[in-house]
Amino acid sequence: MKILLVDDSRTMRNIQKKVLGDLGAVEFSEAGDGLEALTAIASTPEGFNLIMVDWNMPNMDGITLISRIREKDKATPLIMATTEAEKSRVMEALKAGVNNYVIKPFTPEMLLEKVKTTLEKLKAVA
Amino acid sequence: MQPSQATPTPPTINPKLIVPFVNSVRNVFATMVGVSTTMDRPRIKTDRAPAYDVSGIIGFSGDVIGTVVVSFQKCAAAKLVEAFAGMAVDPDSPDFADAVGELANMIAGGAKQHLGNAADISIPSVVIGQGHVITRPSDVPCVVIPCKTEVGDFAVEVSVKQLQTAGT
Ligand SMILES: [Mg+2]
Repeated sequence: MKILLVDDSRTMRNIQKKVLGDLGAVEFSEAGDGLEALTAIASTPEGFNLIMVDWNMPNMDGITLISRIREKDKATPLIMATTEAEKSRVMEALKAGVNNYVIKPFTPEMLLEKVKTTLEKLKAVA
Repeated sequence: MQPSQATPTPPTINPKLIVPFVNSVRNVFATMVGVSTTMDRPRIKTDRAPAYDVSGIIGFSGDVIGTVVVSFQKCAAAKLVEAFAGMAVDPDSPDFADAVGELANMIAGGAKQHLGNAADISIPSVVIGQGHVITRPSDVPCVVIPCKTEVGDFAVEVSVKQLQTAGT
């Protein structure tokens, strides 16, 4: 499976890579902001099986990225992983089209569990 | 508005502003670094230089304005970053500043949810080097929370104020 990790912190992308590597054979792509993510998406015609999106990033933030992706793509699983923890932010992200929401800081188990259940739920619906 | 010649009242520590940062520090370090932290009593800080050599800085805007600085002893930063990143990181590499910035981001973000309904935090900036000075809003007192871990000390310097009271 192909996963795109979008976060301005490389440390955070590395941590997510380590945790999500447990999902099986995963090919990771990375982007440091929303604009880089849109470029990565445009140059990957086969698409991603999952995109992890941070909220606070330079150039284009995560909530804008989510809206841009969902303009044409309603299907790719999107999970927001962010320090933004207010209910209003979670609601805003859900409205923009994320499939799940992970609040930083997280333990490896918390992150893996959220990702697994999200992908399984979407598979069951499909 | 008071005229500028009025004697300023000495700043006091508002626990409602500080406790969220204390809890957030504990949570971030326990969850993502695997290190437990103990804190000394927060105190008002008057000098402009951060406590230590490695500082991650986050700006607040919206309902809450000001700055939060997470300032580490260099050797403590090296060990904490190693535990956070899961590998040793060269203190001169961009990845080191990145890790310090993300720790500051999580500390500020974790506290923010308890401070206001519509506050925003900035992208982190990181300053490394002895004796650097950080500009803070002059009308907001700076409260320093001294933090200790088994691998060294750091401090969280909070100079924020609420423009509106949180809804809770
Ligand atoms: Mg970020």
